[in-house]
Amino acid sequence: MKTQSLFGSSEMLGGALKESFVKLHPMRMFRNPIMFTVEICTMVMLVVCIWILMGESSQGSFAYNFSLFLILFITLLFANFAEAIAEARGKAQANSLRKTREETPATLVTGEKISSAQLNLGDEFVVHAGEIIPADGEIIEGIATIDESAITGESAPVIREGGGDRSSVTGGTKVLSDRIVVRVTTMPGESFLDKMIALVEGASRQKTPNEIALTILLAGFTLVFLIVCITLKPIADFASTPITIASFISLFVCLIPTTIGGLLSAIGIAGMDRALKANVITKSGKAVETAGDIDVLLLDKTGTITIGNRKATKFYPAFGVDERNFLKAVVMSSMSDETPEGKSIIELAGAPIIQLENPVFVKFSAETRCSGVDANGVRIRKGATDAIKRLCEKAGNNFPEDVAMKVRDISQNGGTPLVVSENENVIGVIELQDIIKPGINERFARLKRMGIKTVMVTGDNPLTAKYIAERAGVDDFIAEAKPEDKMNYIKKEQAQGRLIAMMGDGTNDAPALAQADVGVAMNSGTQAAKEAGNMVDLDNDPTKLIEVVEIGKQLLMTRGTLTTFSIANDVAKYFAIIPALFMVSIPALQSLNVMRLTSPESAILSAVIFNAVVIPALIPLALRGVKYRPIGASALLRRNLLVYGAGGIVVPFMGIKVIDLLISLCL
Amino acid sequence: MHTNAYFIIIITVALIVLLAIPLGKYIAQVFTSGKWSFDKVFNPIEKTIFKLGGIDTSIEMNWKLQLKALLWMNLIWFLIALFVLMNMSWLPLNPDANPSMSLDLAFNTAVSFITNTNLQHYSGETAMSYLGQMTLMLWQFISAGCGIAIAIYVFKLMSQQQEKISSNFYVLFVKANLRILLPLSIIVASVLVFSGTPMTFNGKDVVASLEGEEMHVSRGPVAAFVAIKQLGTNGGGFFGPNSSHPFENPSLLTNVVENVCILLIPIALVIAFGQLTGRKKHATMIFMTMMVGFIMLLLPAISAEMSGNPLIGQMNIDQQYGNMEGKEVRFGSGPSALWAVSTTCTSNGSVNAMHDSMMPITGLVTLTGMMINGFFGGVGVGFLNFYVFIILAVFVSGLMVGRTPEFLGKKIEPREMKIAVLITLLHPFLILTGSALASYIYMNHPDQTSGWLNNPGYHGYTEMLYEFTSSSANNGSGFEGLGDNTPFWNYACGIVMLLARYLPIMGPVMIAGLLASKKSIPEGPGTLKTDTPTFGVMVFLIIVIVSALSFFPALTLGPIAEHFSIY
Amino acid sequence: MKNELFKGIRITAVCAVIFALIYPVMIWAIAQFSEGNGMGQTITIQSRKHYLNVGQEFTQQGYFHGRPSAVNYNAAGAAGSNKGPSNPDYLKAVEERIQQLLQDNPDMKREDIPADLVTASGSGLDPHISLEAALFQIPRISSHTGIDSNKLHQWISDQVDMQTTGIPAVNVLQLNLEILKEMSHE
Repeated sequence: MKTQSLFGSSEMLGGALKESFVKLHPMRMFRNPIMFTVEICTMVMLVVCIWILMGESSQGSFAYNFSLFLILFITLLFANFAEAIAEARGKAQANSLRKTREETPATLVTGEKISSAQLNLGDEFVVHAGEIIPADGEIIEGIATIDESAITGESAPVIREGGGDRSSVTGGTKVLSDRIVVRVTTMPGESFLDKMIALVEGASRQKTPNEIALTILLAGFTLVFLIVCITLKPIADFASTPITIASFISLFVCLIPTTIGGLLSAIGIAGMDRALKANVITKSGKAVETAGDIDVLLLDKTGTITIGNRKATKFYPAFGVDERNFLKAVVMSSMSDETPEGKSIIELAGAPIIQLENPVFVKFSAETRCSGVDANGVRIRKGATDAIKRLCEKAGNNFPEDVAMKVRDISQNGGTPLVVSENENVIGVIELQDIIKPGINERFARLKRMGIKTVMVTGDNPLTAKYIAERAGVDDFIAEAKPEDKMNYIKKEQAQGRLIAMMGDGTNDAPALAQADVGVAMNSGTQAAKEAGNMVDLDNDPTKLIEVVEIGKQLLMTRGTLTTFSIANDVAKYFAIIPALFMVSIPALQSLNVMRLTSPESAILSAVIFNAVVIPALIPLALRGVKYRPIGASALLRRNLLVYGAGGIVVPFMGIKVIDLLISLCL
Repeated sequence: MHTNAYFIIIITVALIVLLAIPLGKYIAQVFTSGKWSFDKVFNPIEKTIFKLGGIDTSIEMNWKLQLKALLWMNLIWFLIALFVLMNMSWLPLNPDANPSMSLDLAFNTAVSFITNTNLQHYSGETAMSYLGQMTLMLWQFISAGCGIAIAIYVFKLMSQQQEKISSNFYVLFVKANLRILLPLSIIVASVLVFSGTPMTFNGKDVVASLEGEEMHVSRGPVAAFVAIKQLGTNGGGFFGPNSSHPFENPSLLTNVVENVCILLIPIALVIAFGQLTGRKKHATMIFMTMMVGFIMLLLPAISAEMSGNPLIGQMNIDQQYGNMEGKEVRFGSGPSALWAVSTTCTSNGSVNAMHDSMMPITGLVTLTGMMINGFFGGVGVGFLNFYVFIILAVFVSGLMVGRTPEFLGKKIEPREMKIAVLITLLHPFLILTGSALASYIYMNHPDQTSGWLNNPGYHGYTEMLYEFTSSSANNGSGFEGLGDNTPFWNYACGIVMLLARYLPIMGPVMIAGLLASKKSIPEGPGTLKTDTPTFGVMVFLIIVIVSALSFFPALTLGPIAEHFSIY
Repeated sequence: MKNELFKGIRITAVCAVIFALIYPVMIWAIAQFSEGNGMGQTITIQSRKHYLNVGQEFTQQGYFHGRPSAVNYNAAGAAGSNKGPSNPDYLKAVEERIQQLLQDNPDMKREDIPADLVTASGSGLDPHISLEAALFQIPRISSHTGIDSNKLHQWISDQVDMQTTGIPAVNVLQLNLEILKEMSHE
């Protein structure tokens, strides 16, 4: 992410600034107990200022008190701004997705033309080539190529047709060819995008259990410091050390974890926003967090680990068969084969299309397990080894030894052999190979370092599955998988307390998606699948799960490190404020003023100013998230302790000193 | 001659560790009926006890029942103690004809002993009958037994071989008393009687001094009392000046033995934790963290005491043996500093020198030891305090590595966090509000508080801060200059002790109980290991930050201000 | 609930028998084999019983003086001074003790005064003084009793415990008993 996009446009900035003031409303502040106490402190300081104007003289100068009031007020604004800017970014992201489908004309099946905003659940509308689909829905009639680049950024058009796993269309995408009839599947304003926007805006944003637990901890710290400050009054009286209200408030505000308190909700929103940036719509903040805890990833082989389908990689003519003849036969057999395998054979052969006379195509069936063509006086079949073998042996022909050997070799190397026969004579083998996606090895290695177990799900036989699993670096596989196998696997792992993430698109994936702790449905998938999962991937990219896991981890880490930083800051703040409070009446405590701050007033002001400016200074980090490094939990803890713990102790010492120098220069 | 003191300190610490390891293993054997549990000797006795006590040992108890049993039992103890203390004058075994206690003092004393605190707002030789002393000694056993029992139950919840440990509170309680505290007490008491500690039911002796003055010498069944006082982290002395009294602690040998006893069981329980739960690496992590904390508190104290008081130094006299005010020549300033830190890090509270007269730095570290109350801590409860700190550390560090925090395979969620935070809050709350209240009363009602403070200024405030810290840590030591036998101090400290005893027991037991009922997450390569030095550092930091941050201002106006005004 | 209450009462009663009755009686029995039969280690000189471990107040100039005591060596109400290190009253008291010592021991210098001789012990019954504190008093005792200072030196080095105390210590009572013996010989 580029820094320039961090705060977005100036327009967004302005909106966020305005929102910072709107959020000052006590009812809204109340949601955040830490900043709420700061707001109360600010009001108290205002009262003190007025009191001084009315003639009170024991509380120090008006200028000093008023500047403290201002700083506290700014602290509040900073915290609100952090939340507002995170919201604005999320909203902008979602809005740009939504914009395309607003005010799109829709044509109902009745022929009536209305605006997309008027569409209701269950309405059916027609879209022709060149038109934009007005709303999310399911194709009930027709087939079409659709350009989804508006949402996914992927330029290649996709095919969608009614009555299958690929029947779902998204509002805002464009139909390139043909005509489809679509039934609206979501209420207006209740599409995933609408939900996501609401989530980001805070209206329906619920605190996750982890966020609640952290808030409890932070509230606990706040309470401790409340006790510390209140009890300090009689104790200081005992030591005949008068302390002004301003000093008490400064001490309190500096000690409570305002840094993390001010940034907490921004961090949460930014997490969802990062997911959205990755083109993943999350249905709840919790789903993102859970993703960070995932122990097991279920990945479909096809499309995730391997590129699409198998490809023909090599032709092996049988002994004594002319290669040209073999190629010709192969091409003939595949001409009517619309499967990706069939297409890849023709592609690999690179031969011109052969004219066929009276071709009779034999379609693949589960019974024969081979396909082929009868034309030009020959019968060509290609299929599974044993199917062709049976065919040839039935006709009294032997299965050649060299072909049998080749078949074994191919199988052992993870390929799939396709034996070709001409007139019931074996003439050669086609090797089909799974192509493992480039770079996928590294991704799995990374997952392994993160402590996540990867499981490949495939319909292949165990031998092939094992070979591919090993080559790709996957930890485990489910071979010859039926839909319910996924479900069973998930349940089994969950029973052992593990958290599972999976991705799916089909209706038969829906139960497993619902069962999984993180279920990512592909946007191209059926409505059922999308409803069942807790995230929707607009890109239909199966490797997206990996990113989602990292986003989840980043979210938790950002919270943890900023909490540590915030609390570690207190050490330096103590050394600034405590001597300042007592130095006048107890000169001996000058020894505690290790930073040699100029005067008690400047020490307190510096600490409070530092406390305020650290919030906006950390907004970029809060929005971007702390980078996750898969170096093992202990090493990561060490690293983060060093950076944010030790850093949290050292940085404010320097910061407060610098601010103090600046203040003493100004005065 | 300082080398002698260092030698004594090192020997003592080494002895503590060397003895705690086998004792820890023995404790584990006791609760799992292992090879070294001496079942042949103890089983028949236990059987009799259970029969007489009406205990069905086969009844399983969950954490709620455990707490219920503990609380009922403690209520009974409180009532009995109250009765005895308020009626000592006419009850038997009162050879010195000492009076009964007033209600407020009896309340304070009863609470103090059932809570394992042993804060004493009285002097034993003038305020106690031997019956009273024996009653208190009973609580010294069984309040410590209670602590051990509940800690063992928490170990059980975390254990991988749960079924071996009984879940019946009474069984754990009786085993802890009978097989751990009693044998050790017999050994220690024997060492004491042969070193000159009295063990008699005769009253005061009247003799003439060498110069012919009449001398009254208080005696009593001291040895039995002192042994369990040290072993059970009780700390309540038979005599007013506790283990600085030549009868309670007659020689350097007894001093070393008693100092070892202070830390023995608290450390052994950490070892037992490793044995019982099968998590020896965890035990090592906890032990090392506690030990580092202990030593970091110890070193400044030794240095401060052995360097002496600079204000006395200005008088130009020979201060080579350090700050001797309030100390005994037979111990010297170094070993006294060791004792002071030992007794405050554990919640023992016995003293062999007057803490009130120690240097401000020593005051600071003893206060800090009690404010943390988890660098070994009291028998059983020290571990529970530490457990809460672990939960907090797990939470923060879990977040820092990007995983929902979990400890031993159990997720830490809002409910556990709420309890942990409340328990951590309680200690500063009780100490700070207590000393603030006392300061307020002192400043606003000078007529009623004239006898409170024995020292002016920062030190006077420290006396009050110390009293509440000691009460809240269930420690029992004191800046004894404080005139604390007044209704205010008796009731205020009593209430603090009650809250600070039972809530920090209930909290961790609830957390452990809640966690135990959760589904266990198998440890994977992504799990944050909680038995590593890194995690130990994390716990240490959490402890330091939590206590330093909450107590720093209060300490600044006390020992820190005093320190800088002297040096 | 009632159940736990009754169990608690019964088990407490059983514990009382074991820990408040059997255990102390057992230790008492063991003590019968110790020196002093568990009634404290004593020494009887000239038909007077002295508790060896309990310090006594010595005021006569012919005896070794022990440390200051907040309770004047009251063995039925022992206590320390509990004076804080910065307490002005305390510092004044220490200075007064120094003056008194210098007055009583005119041959000695301020720098020779060991701190233990001007500070009160924790129990107020400390039976010991440091080696230096004993040596400090030799000239005074010698001049008041006429006992040769070499003899006093000898007694001190016979009595001093260099190893088994925190600091080299001498039991004041035992030194004074030597003086008593010596004086009654004469």
